[in-house]
Amino acid sequence: MDITFLTGPVTAGLISALLALIITLVDRMVNNYGMVKITINNGHKTVNVKGGSPLLFSLAEEGIFIPSACGGKGTCGTCKVKVQTDIGIHLPTEIPLLQKNEIEENIRLACQVKVKKDIEISIPEDLFAIQQFKTTIASIADVTHDIKEVYVKLMEPGTISFKAGQYAQLIIPPYGKIRETSQRAYSMLSAPADSGRLGFLIRLVPGGIATTYVHTILKEGDTLDVVAPVGEFMLHDSNDIMLCIAGGSGMAPLHSIIYDMVDKGKTNREVWFFFGARNLKELFYIDRFSELEKSWPGFHFIPALSEPLPDDNWKGETGLITEVLDRFLKTRISTEAPKEGYLCGSPGMIDACIRVLINHNIKEENIYFDKFA
Amino acid sequence: MSPQISPFILFFASIFTSNILLSNFLGMCSFISISRDFKSSHGLGLAVVVVLTFTTMINWGLYHLVISPLGLHYLRYIFFIIVIAATVQVLEMVIDRISPSLYMALGIFLPLITVNCAILGVSLLMEIRNYTFLQSVVYGLGSGIGWWIAILCLAAIRKKIDNAPVPAGLKGPGITFITIGIMAMAFLGFSGMLPVQ
Repeated sequence: MDITFLTGPVTAGLISALLALIITLVDRMVNNYGMVKITINNGHKTVNVKGGSPLLFSLAEEGIFIPSACGGKGTCGTCKVKVQTDIGIHLPTEIPLLQKNEIEENIRLACQVKVKKDIEISIPEDLFAIQQFKTTIASIADVTHDIKEVYVKLMEPGTISFKAGQYAQLIIPPYGKIRETSQRAYSMLSAPADSGRLGFLIRLVPGGIATTYVHTILKEGDTLDVVAPVGEFMLHDSNDIMLCIAGGSGMAPLHSIIYDMVDKGKTNREVWFFFGARNLKELFYIDRFSELEKSWPGFHFIPALSEPLPDDNWKGETGLITEVLDRFLKTRISTEAPKEGYLCGSPGMIDACIRVLINHNIKEENIYFDKFA
Repeated sequence: MSPQISPFILFFASIFTSNILLSNFLGMCSFISISRDFKSSHGLGLAVVVVLTFTTMINWGLYHLVISPLGLHYLRYIFFIIVIAATVQVLEMVIDRISPSLYMALGIFLPLITVNCAILGVSLLMEIRNYTFLQSVVYGLGSGIGWWIAILCLAAIRKKIDNAPVPAGLKGPGITFITIGIMAMAFLGFSGMLPVQ
């Protein structure tokens, strides 16, 4: 039988195999960086990792979680790390996400730079505290028609230490048509003293991956992985009057901050908590804050409805949260005393409230906020 | 039966009068898209020089040692393309390792080169024209340098064009094609003086 027609395919196969072998060998020899050392914060911690992987993943394997919203795809720009060793110029994938001064200080995106030699980096000390927790759902309850209050019990590790106002990344496993694991950030509702569990307020966003999962699939007893604590939103030590402003699930971090103050006996400060909603159906936690007003003389809870329904029989404040805030700053709250703003809610609400606060001579650097993105 | 053409002349001919880009119009896609930026043009041009030289050498060996003796001429496109893809892959890894700064300047363009038709074109022309090994190396190197010079020229001209009053209908690709045409005429003006085959 004449099999010469096979010469072509066989040769092509052999050559491809040979080239594949060469590539593999080169990859083995060239991309082998051995073990490399990452020195963090001037020797505060050193870790040895296998070279050649992006810094973000190398650190994560060692239990150091740099916040990353996009999961290492180089699109969000949150995994910024200061690198003290010279590791070459910035990559074209990093430059669009960095400011000019950040480039000068050699701030890099941890997901883009590969660790090829011993390097020194500095990261905020708080990041050492970030851990991944295995949890089980202790309770899920409706607080309004579209907001659920979720409490998770920490299993491993069993306790957490965080600052009131910080947030956690909930790790949502693939479900239904969603094939990838996603991470979404939610502020802690519970106070730090409650160290064995974490609470969150999760509002249903139509089409939202995490919110749909929590609202329709998650039930008591299920497991959920949580990476925490993350974030810079927290109480600042002073005796200034606190103006807390929240809408909807923006209640969570302020709830945590206020109950943390109660736990720590810092109830000598004057606090005005403005909570905005459209109608009575959207208001929640009114009873517990009204109770708190009785035991904490300087604490004032001001729920405000922008569009109260006739059935609501609403006797409290009405109007947009900005109007109510403006009215109180003009008439009820001392104009002389120094004030600080603590805001959490939608970007539109926060921007509008910041303008009101600035109009009332509150310095921009004394306004702290946590915007939902 | 190699043509009796001096490698020295072939070298200059392939840079100028028989510029692979301007006489054969090969490698146009990246030529037009990357030439918007001078620095990137430089990096891509250098990468083309390196890849062209290496792949022409390897493909010459492959052709004369394997393809020709086994009579597999009809498969030469496939062989050449496999070799080009593999060479680019290996070069990328090696450059990444030996010089990070070179990798920044040149390495990021390497994947782009796998699909640059000038690379395959040079390998095929080398085979059609029956060049010797030395001629092939010189032809590959010369063509690479020619491509590099052409993209640098175009990038420089396009920088000027940015500030020129170009009629609205010709802005972008239109004026670029006209520019390349005029450049080609300038390069090919003396093509009779330096034969390539």
